[in-house]
Formats: sequence, C-alpha cells, structure tokens
Amino acid sequence: MDAIYQTEALIAEDIDAYLDVHQHKTMLRFITCGSVDDGKSTLIGRLLYDSKMIFEDQLAALESDSKKVGTQGQEIDFALLVDGLAAEREQGITIDVAYRFFNTEKRKFIVADCPGHEQYTRNMVTGASTADLAVILIDARKGVLVQTRRHSYLCQLIGIRNIVLAVNKMDLVDYDQARFDEIVAEYRGFATSIGIESFTAMPISGFKGDNITTRSENTPWYTGPTLIDHLETVEVLSSLDAGKPFRMPVQWVNRPNLDFRGFSGLIATGSVKPGDPVRVLPSGKTSTVSRIVTLDGDLDEAVAGQSVTVCLADEIDCSRGDVLATADHPPQVADQFEATIVWMDDEAMLVGRSYWLKLGTQTVSVTVQQPKYTVNVNTLEQLAAKTLELNAIGVAEIATDKPLVFEAYADSRTLGGFVLVDKLTNRTVAAGMLHFSLRRAQNVHWQATDVTREVHAALKNQKAKVLWFTGLSGSGKSTIANEVEKQLNVMNRHTFLLDGDNVRHGLNRDLGFTEADRIENIRRVGEVAKLMADAGLIVLTAFISPFRAERELVRKMLPEGEFVEIFVDTPLEVAEARDVKGLYKKARAGDLKNFTGIDSPYEPPEGPDICVNTVAMTPAEAAEHIIRQLLPLK
Amino acid sequence: MTRTLTHLERLEAEAIHIMREVAAQADKPVMLYSVGKDSAVMLHLARKAFFPSPPPFPLLHVDTTWKFKDMYGLRDRMARESGMELLVYQNPEATERGINPFDHGPLHTDMWKTEGLKQALDLHGFDAAFGGARRDEEKSRAKERIFSFRTASHGWDPKNQRPELWNLYNARKNKGESIRVFPISNWTELDIWQYIQLNDVPIVPLYFAAVRPTFEWEGQLFMADDIDRLTKVLGQKPAITERSIRFRTLGCFPLTGAVESTASTLSEVIQETLLTTTSERQGRVIDKDAGGAGMEKKKQEGYF
Repeated sequence: MDAIYQTEALIAEDIDAYLDVHQHKTMLRFITCGSVDDGKSTLIGRLLYDSKMIFEDQLAALESDSKKVGTQGQEIDFALLVDGLAAEREQGITIDVAYRFFNTEKRKFIVADCPGHEQYTRNMVTGASTADLAVILIDARKGVLVQTRRHSYLCQLIGIRNIVLAVNKMDLVDYDQARFDEIVAEYRGFATSIGIESFTAMPISGFKGDNITTRSENTPWYTGPTLIDHLETVEVLSSLDAGKPFRMPVQWVNRPNLDFRGFSGLIATGSVKPGDPVRVLPSGKTSTVSRIVTLDGDLDEAVAGQSVTVCLADEIDCSRGDVLATADHPPQVADQFEATIVWMDDEAMLVGRSYWLKLGTQTVSVTVQQPKYTVNVNTLEQLAAKTLELNAIGVAEIATDKPLVFEAYADSRTLGGFVLVDKLTNRTVAAGMLHFSLRRAQNVHWQATDVTREVHAALKNQKAKVLWFTGLSGSGKSTIANEVEKQLNVMNRHTFLLDGDNVRHGLNRDLGFTEADRIENIRRVGEVAKLMADAGLIVLTAFISPFRAERELVRKMLPEGEFVEIFVDTPLEVAEARDVKGLYKKARAGDLKNFTGIDSPYEPPEGPDICVNTVAMTPAEAAEHIIRQLLPLK
Repeated sequence: MTRTLTHLERLEAEAIHIMREVAAQADKPVMLYSVGKDSAVMLHLARKAFFPSPPPFPLLHVDTTWKFKDMYGLRDRMARESGMELLVYQNPEATERGINPFDHGPLHTDMWKTEGLKQALDLHGFDAAFGGARRDEEKSRAKERIFSFRTASHGWDPKNQRPELWNLYNARKNKGESIRVFPISNWTELDIWQYIQLNDVPIVPLYFAAVRPTFEWEGQLFMADDIDRLTKVLGQKPAITERSIRFRTLGCFPLTGAVESTASTLSEVIQETLLTTTSERQGRVIDKDAGGAGMEKKKQEGYF
C-alpha cells in the first residue's frame, strides 16, 4: 500500500503535480464475475478500501451494517459496500450490475460487479458489454463450477479479450500452490475448449488482501503481477479500435443555419483528418472531410472514442442512421445475417415476429428464423430448439426490411452488436452479435418491371386495397367478407377473397396453431395479399389474425392507406354461443389446443380503420357499412 | 500510432454521445438544471455536444425558493450564455402552504423537489429529462442505468431495469412513461472538479472559501444567506458569526451544511476534497432518512 500513501503525500504537498498525473490517466473498464459465493463483492470492496475510495462516514456505516447483517462475523463485510438495493442486502445476493470507481497512479477504473445467478444473466451481459477485461473469481476450496464456465463463456461471447482468473480465498486453503496449479490446469482445459486463447491466473484473497495491491508473503511461489499491477498495464480495447479503418455512425445532423451542415457522432473505429476521402453508407456517395468542428476549435485529427461533428466538402445526402467511413475501405451493407442472440425477456422469442433492431444509430425491422441451435451454457452442448427463452443463447438467421451497414462483431462492437426491441411492449428483449451476411442477400436484387402496380390498378379502373378482416373464430369474418366481395363485384370491381380455412388447405398446409405458426401463417398471407394488390386487385382477407404485431407487419408491407383493418367485433360469449363449426366446444373440452379466445390470446385492434358490431348488425348491414366507408374506390 | 484517450476525454465523449442519442430519439427532452457543479458540467457538455447549434432543449430549474442568492445569479447568466430557454417551476401548493426546511423537515424535499419535479414534467409533457446524478454518489445510484425508465406516476422499479448493452440506448417508451437520463453517470467527484478546472466551467462562488456570515443549527454549520427570512422562519434571529467557509455540495441553503475552509482556488478545493474523510453527500440531510435505503425509496417515489 506504499503507493497509496505516496499519492496522499503528493496530494498534500503538490496538488497541481498530482492533478497533472491524474489528468493524463487512461481508463480501464472491467467486470468481476464468478459463482455466487466466490467473493466478487468482497474483492471490489477491498479494491475500494485499499485505494482509499471509502470515506470515514461510509466506513462507520459499513462497520455497523457488518455487525447487523454481515456474513463475516465481527469482521468488516466488504460486500455490503457494493450491494446497493434493499432487496440485495436483505437476500445477500447481487441482482443488478453495480458500477464502482477507483483510481491508481496510472489509471482510472470503472468496475462492474455482475450478478452470478442465471436468472440475472441479462444484467451480467449489460455489465460485460462495455468491459475491456473480466476478473473471473474462483473459490479455491471449490474449484471450477458451473457458473465459472457460464460466465467465461459469456465473456468470450461478448468479446472480452483479457481474462484474469483470480483464485480467491487462498487463505482458506493455506496458500497451497498445488491446489492453485490444479485449479489453473482445470480451467485451462475448459478455456481452450471455448476459444479463450490466454488468461492470467493469480492466487488472491480479497478478504485478507493477498496479491491485490501488494505481493503477498504468503505466496512466495507466485511470481506474477498483483491484480492492481496487471489492471494498470493491460491494453485497453479502445486503443485497438484506433488502428482500424475509420467508421462513424451519424447520430444527429447539426444544422444551426443555412451555412452550416455537420454530421455529429462518436467515432467507432479509426481516425479522420480534414481532406480525408469518405463514403456515406448505405448510399455509397463519396466526399471529403472539410472540417472537424468542436466548441474548443477545429481539430486536425479525431480518433476512435471521440465525439465530434464532421463537415463534408460536398452537399450529399446523409442523415441519422448513415455511417461515415473511409472511402476506399467501407463496411458492408446487407439485409440477411447469421447472428448469436442472447434472449433477455420473460416472453420467449417468436420466430417470424417482427422486432426493432438497433445497431449503432440504425433502427430497422427484423425477423428471426428458427434457431439453428441453442447452447446449453452450463455444458456447452449445442441443442436443437424451436425458439429462445429467457437467458437462452442461440445462433439464428435474421432478415431486416432495409439494408444494414455492418461489420462482424469480432471486428467492431459498434457495427456488429445489436439489441432487439419488442414493438408493442418496447422492452429490450435480446442482445445479438452479427457473424456474417448471408450470400443470398448479396446476390438477390429487386428486378424493376415496366408495368407497375399503378398501371395494373389503373387498367382495372380502381385503387388496390387490402381489406383485412380480423376477429374471433365465429365472429362472422368470412360471411361478411363474402358479402362485401359480392357487392364489390356488382360494382364492377376486381377482387379476390383469401379465406383462412382455404389457405390452410394449400399454401399453409404445413403450419399448425402454435404462436410461431400463426405468425408465419399471417406473414405468408400478407405476402400473397401484397402480390395481389400489386396486380391491382382489391383483396379481402378473413383470418382471425390474433396478434397486433403481425397485422402491423402487413400494414407496413403496403403503401400508406392501402391496408384497411376491419374489426369484426363480436364478444366471445356470442361467438361461442354461435359455434358454427363446433370448435369452441372442442376447445372447451380440451380436444383442441391453442384456440383463440380459450387458451390463446386475441389482441383486438387499438384503432381499426373500420369496425362492425355483429350483435347490432346483420351481415348485409355490416357489408353495406364497410362499403360506404370505402367509397370512393378510385 | 494513434494516441490513447485519457479517462476524461472518454467520459466527455460518452456524455456527448448520450445527449445526442436523446436529442435524436426523444419527442420533448429537457435538461434539469440545479445550478450545482454537476449541473454546470452537464450544461457545458450539452453546449459541446451540439455546437455550433445551441442545445435543442430547454433548461428546467425546479425551484424551492430556498436556494442561495449566488445560485439564482449564475442560473440566469448561464441560460443567457448558452442560448437556451430557462423554465423555472415552483410547486404552487408548497408556496401556498409556506413549506420550509425548518418547520417541515423531509416534507420540504418531498413537496418542493419530488412533487415539484413531477408536476413540472407533467405540465410541459417532457418525455426525457437529463439529470446530473453520478453513480459514485450513493449505493442505489450505482445500480441505475443511464436511461432510467419511470412509470406514468414517475416510479422507479430497480428490480426490473432494461438491459443496456454497449452504447445502445433503447429510448422507446410506453404511453405515459418517461425517461431520466444520466449522461455523467460514470464520473466521480474528482473527475467533475478536474473537468471544471480544465474547461473553465463557471460555477457558483460558494464552492470557494470566503469569510461569510454563519450560524449553527442542530450541530451543523450553515450560512445566513437571507437573515430576514431566516429570522421569520426560526422565530428568532440566529447568532451570526463570520467564518471562512465553503460548500462541498449546494442544495437549499438551510439544508446544506457548510465546512470551515480556506480553499479559495480550484486546486485547493480539489486538494481538500481528496484529503477529506467524509463522503460528499454527507452535507445533505436527505440520504439519512429511511435507514440505508433512503435514496432508493425516494427514487421509487419519483425523486431524481
């Protein structure tokens, strides 16, 4: 602890010299992880304590808390410093990541204490995503445990290159070198199998302070660095980013007046100078950098990790979501990918459901295919799976509705890491890492045709529409849709009615009634309806289509105003009383699973374009009401 | 070989990135401005983030009417210099009932600050509000995300926070929900001071020691900023002594204890801060309520 006392002396004697040192420090972000009782929080408490980041009043509170709820008898329980939520202190566990800060003479450190329990994996991944290094703790008495493996796997997955294996509680195994070597050998075998090429192992005691800031006399056989020495000298991720090609996702267009137009963003990788040729992705247009503007004056150069505003020499289109990149080595653009996905929501992933994907400053719609496999994070076995549930990690193909500027996650966290957001609940439901784009996306291009959809519709003297009837089984969708089509035909309109039951006899005969199959059913019907609308037809569809998200998906496939959502509003009791096909009876008896309204949900439209109440109206009246709302049809 | 950024450069870049993400994604953002040193740094970062444009959101000061005179002075000057609109909100119910820190204790914070903040956000319909809280200040803050969601009634659910990976911030919210955004989450008190020094960020002179009129009350040292008003509320004129004092943290003048000090330059203030043996928020009475979970409870109720 000599260094700390020297620091204190320097502060007292020459504050300006101390500040000069502090000003030039670099920053290292790291996480601590490991099994539940391996002593993570204790280690962090020790680091804070040894680097004098704990004040007298906090220490006094800590001492009294230790006696009240501590787990270390009469001694100080450092873990109480870190577990900050009332529920955590009561239960003695870590639920969410806690961020703590301390300094040494060389660096500033941000340490994220990550929860060990599997149910809080999403919180651990949150902590790990910004870390340069991971300290994986092992209890010397227990050796490599299931959670040690899982956390190591997650660290590797999230791309943490620097791993410290801290064999903790060495005081409880009498600082036995043989035990230490045994654990290191066991871990090495496992680490190699998951692709961790190297790690730094050290024997420590967070509780007693061995090999934390000073070399311990209790482990004369250990010749490596102390934990602090290692943390002070290891290379940080951001310095690697600076050597890569220039990329800056545009966050915001800065336009205070007609004479100034700048593109603001955080440089993800590489560096940039005025005069550099740059390319705007995905458009591919090129220009040169004219200025790098900051409040403190224009810069001669800006590097990865800096937030700047870049001006270009030419007036070219560029807005939020675009990526500025070095002109001769731009990132790729694609719309289909393979990715690893960590599912983080209580509601399992739905194959085919459309989610928002956020990557850099881009936000696009995305659908996920059935996973190729999931990984059992405890045994690392690859398993077949239909979906991804909370905390599951799997590999799947994804398809976006617009081209995405990307790089493999291994090359760029910024352009390869993404989150998925549920479109209805707005929750962040998954994190993902792009591997590569699929060739079929690169090679399949849209073929432009001369007879356009407008021409098709004009020839039929009408405007294409998709009249989307939604409602419970037995609500009267098919009957009313049929009535509407008849009346439209009398009016000389060209129509086609897609009926739920009929489509399931052919196109969708391979689909069942699980949530995933229902989504795929609607997606296919949406695509068929869109092709027919392209041909200029007025398409009527009669499907239960129970989920709002899929109806929205179809609406988004079509030009504005072409999708007309018609809610056939019939209360469940009425539909069940009608029970034209006898299906409700079967469902109530348990002979029919996943039946909408009984054991599968129906999400009514929040703002349907047209609504008909079949209790108050006959089918003919409902049809007439709908037609009146649709006029004029040209 | 390109250089490695210093920790302050990285913290600055992170805060600017966060502010731009909010400006690009929120419908109606606002910056809470309390005139303290953390607010001063946050405002400076906002000016950097959007230069040469002025920051594209207003400043909101949730006023308790019990701030130091110097604070009101700096507030008005900074709003002018930054070219930002300044909104000041005082809870009308607290005004009417004459809520003050002496007679009403914790109710003072609750009515003026917690309730005042909720009312101000609802009144203007702000959906994202920047706050200058730091994770090193207090244990429950250390667990809070940078984008922290609040229910329609402004409550915080610490056990169910959104995952927040890399620097991707999902700002989508449900109807009625709002976001509190903390761009300087990862700064420490030392970082704040050093940034103020390196960037000449204007701060309230009360942070520097000077001879000022003081009085003692319930064992703590306070500054007599408005003697007439104090006399009225206390029912008697407090015994005033001139002392060389300064403030480590600035809140309402009767709630913020002063420390005796001769540190009159930034270097000296930093030196004193580093050598001190009590944590910063101890000067504030708020954290001591409700045992160890004071701040967590306040945040669940809608405090910043």
